Amino acid sequence: MADYLFLIPLLPLIGFLINGLLLGRLSKPVIGLVACGSVGFSFLLSLASFFELKGLAPEARQITQTLFSWISADLFNVNMGFLLDPLSAVMILVVTGVGFLIHVYSIGYMGHDKGYGRYFAYLNLFTFAMLTLVLADNFLLLFVGWEGVGLCSYLLIGFWYEKQSATDAGKKAFIVNRIGDFGFLIGMFIIFWNIGSLDFVTVSRMAPEVFVAGGSLITAACLLLFLGATGKSAQIPLYVWLPDAMEGPTPVSALIHAATMVTAGVYMLARTNVLFILAPDALMVVAVIGALTAIFAASIGLTQNDIKRVLAYSTVSQLGYMFLACGVASFTAGIFHLMTHAFFKALLFLGAGSVIHAMSGQQDMRHMGGLKKHLPVTFTTMFVATLAISGIPLFSGFFSKDEILWKAYSSSTNGAWYFWTIGVVAAGLTAFYMFRLIFLTFYGSERMDAETKRHVHESPKTMTVPLMVLTVLSVIGGYVGIPQIFGGTNHFEEWLLPVMSGPSHEVAKHALASAGHSAVEEWSLMFMSVALVAFAIYMAYYFYRKNTAAAASLAGRLSGVKTLLANKYYVDEFYGAVIVRPAVYFSVFLWKIFDVMIIDGTLNGVARLWRDVSDGLRYGQSGQLRSYATIFVAGVVLLIVYFVAG
Amino acid sequence: MVPVSAYLILAVVLFGIGTVGVLVSRNMIVLFMAVELMLNAANMALMAFSKALNLVDGHVIVFLVLTIAAAEAAVGLALIVMVYRNRETINIDRFNLMKW
Amino acid sequence: MTFDLIIFVVSAAVAVFGATMMIAQRSPVASVMYMILSLVAQAVCYVQLGAFFLGAILVVVYAGAIMVLFLFVIMLLNLRGNEDMGAPPPVLSQFTKLVFGILLALELAFIVKAAPFSGSTTGIVGAKSDSFGSVKAVAEKMFTDYLYPFELTGVLLLVAVVGAVVIAKKRHLNETGDSAGALQNDAEVKE
Repeated sequence: MADYLFLIPLLPLIGFLINGLLLGRLSKPVIGLVACGSVGFSFLLSLASFFELKGLAPEARQITQTLFSWISADLFNVNMGFLLDPLSAVMILVVTGVGFLIHVYSIGYMGHDKGYGRYFAYLNLFTFAMLTLVLADNFLLLFVGWEGVGLCSYLLIGFWYEKQSATDAGKKAFIVNRIGDFGFLIGMFIIFWNIGSLDFVTVSRMAPEVFVAGGSLITAACLLLFLGATGKSAQIPLYVWLPDAMEGPTPVSALIHAATMVTAGVYMLARTNVLFILAPDALMVVAVIGALTAIFAASIGLTQNDIKRVLAYSTVSQLGYMFLACGVASFTAGIFHLMTHAFFKALLFLGAGSVIHAMSGQQDMRHMGGLKKHLPVTFTTMFVATLAISGIPLFSGFFSKDEILWKAYSSSTNGAWYFWTIGVVAAGLTAFYMFRLIFLTFYGSERMDAETKRHVHESPKTMTVPLMVLTVLSVIGGYVGIPQIFGGTNHFEEWLLPVMSGPSHEVAKHALASAGHSAVEEWSLMFMSVALVAFAIYMAYYFYRKNTAAAASLAGRLSGVKTLLANKYYVDEFYGAVIVRPAVYFSVFLWKIFDVMIIDGTLNGVARLWRDVSDGLRYGQSGQLRSYATIFVAGVVLLIVYFVAG
Repeated sequence: MVPVSAYLILAVVLFGIGTVGVLVSRNMIVLFMAVELMLNAANMALMAFSKALNLVDGHVIVFLVLTIAAAEAAVGLALIVMVYRNRETINIDRFNLMKW
Repeated sequence: MTFDLIIFVVSAAVAVFGATMMIAQRSPVASVMYMILSLVAQAVCYVQLGAFFLGAILVVVYAGAIMVLFLFVIMLLNLRGNEDMGAPPPVLSQFTKLVFGILLALELAFIVKAAPFSGSTTGIVGAKSDSFGSVKAVAEKMFTDYLYPFELTGVLLLVAVVGAVVIAKKRHLNETGDSAGALQNDAEVKE
């Protein structure tokens, strides 16, 4: 397998090249086949490598393949190499598996779009970049993948480039990501400067010896790396691009913003967990930001009317959970939630896409309703996904979210009751707005106009089959991580253990130890969270099914709050005034003053100077014989002096 | 007795006067004559050296220079005649076509 | 104060005077007159240097032929000396030119003063022969050592004459306005 690792990212790259270069010449079925086929083969290879890894002893689960030496400059050496260990195995399965389903779905969804070939080319390029990111064996190659997915998200968000809002959203995503990337780079520099290598295995091994635990250097490096993660994974303060990114096609939102790209930040944290464990202050910051983002985004999601915006804020909120998990040193719980979230969030997005497809492009939930009987498959699958995201027991989301909540309370690293409280409240809000979405979209009176109503139809098989596959995964996906109190073994945590804190994962075990917390506490906390979720679901049912008038009157009484939430706390406006406008002024200043006046002025001034000088000098050519003779004689006089005196 | 250097000084003075004449006069005829004056100054110097070295070569050279001066005067005056025909002026300052 | 010295001083003074007056005259004819005066004085100097033949040649050829040629041209162009020469040139430029001329003269004088034999009064090499400067001496030299330059100078004179004629010839213009075939026209007119 070590010899074939490189094929996993390479196949989508080949798909991109074929589709991208031969765009006009290939027919639609061929394009779709190439694109889906390449990702499909990557998935099979990922599966094969997973089983091969499983066959090895837990301590030896590390397969590497170094293709070639990429940079070799005396002290700075970076290879183009891939690392397959339990963590990356999980990631490639998620990326290629969910990615494959989304590719198949896109055949139906984008079937009538004139940019069909371009779409699949970008999608393949994205898959390639993401796989490079997760398989990289060193920071720099990971960063290459990091930038690559950033580029592809820009291309895909602004896919319908003739729409002004789409291109603006693409730019916003790229620029905000850039800010995070800057932090990532500085963090990388600090690590390289102190350790002398960017290779993950080397860094993990040497970090405890090189850095002072809890010291300012490692804390700074980790905070900077985390800044990069906030950019890519849409946490406070760099989340503002993700809601706008809904301008792109819905399958793109599913792949990039639910299942894969935004999870790159969580993956990166898990990959560098050795460093973060050495910096508890940084971990605290991670946990705080994760928790705040979770509840902040959930609150905004309550008032959104666009079906995709609700899901976007939901994504931001769920990512907050993952970071909260990392912040309490429970990286395995974070990755677990990453996996289950990939399943049900992708399902939700694809289902929303199916709804939008049926509604001929309508995305506002206020104009939907009663779609349950028109779109039975879509409804069933989305309902299951909603149960999963709300954390209803026995669905996958329950296991992963519960794991996070428990660790947020009990972990010896930063675990505290307030983190748990915030998490539970956010879970309640999540359940509320998700069921609101379901009720508004599928139940109730049909609020769409007659024209749209006539075209409402269930989606074709290429779209519904992936939905069904994802539904199954949303249900059973959690069973790999059943907590001990249920009587099962947490296979997932075991699987990932070798990756945590390097070879000596005793440190990880110690960090995770729920010292002094009993099973009773765990059960009671679990019951409390489930009860709150059930209450929230009932509230949603009350306001949006039984007594819709009450919703309106409540909104009227709390209109101030509602406006604040509906306008996303005015964060975008704040950023615009404080950051964007001064930057624009500065660049205009540089342009008008510096470039035009100073630089151009200098150049033109020099030219003008010489022109004026020559204008003056030309009068020497008077054509007057006597003037010439005079100067001649003067020259002779001087020459004689020179020759006589010299 | 008159030292040889006196004649040389005389030649130098004549040469200087000729130079000033070339630079100062606007009348082409006078300018031309000043050039002839400079030639004569050179002749004077040659004669002085001829006396000093007691060689008659100097005389021969002066003879040839005289001839050349005559030839040059002929051609030069022909040019002046032709130029006057075209421009009706002998002011050398008027002939400034080769200017900026 | 020997006789030689007096002769030299007087003739030198006249020569310089004539030269100076020549360049300052308005009328060209007056300039020519002063030039002739200067030339005659220079001829006296030549004779004092023992160059009898060349002194005579100077007067005959230079003052007698070349200056007369000048007079012919002045007459041909009908120059009276009252032409409008435009505005007089600025004094500063005239002064500068004078200064340059003086500087040049001074420098050359300085060089001349440093020459090795400048102090001698008669000659430095051997005794002067009686035929020094006579026609015989000059002719002997010229037709033996300097024969080649002599012949070339003859050719040069021929060229100059032909050239002067060609340059100063009047050109007749055709109907088309150029002077091609002008010589032919002259021939036709003659017939």
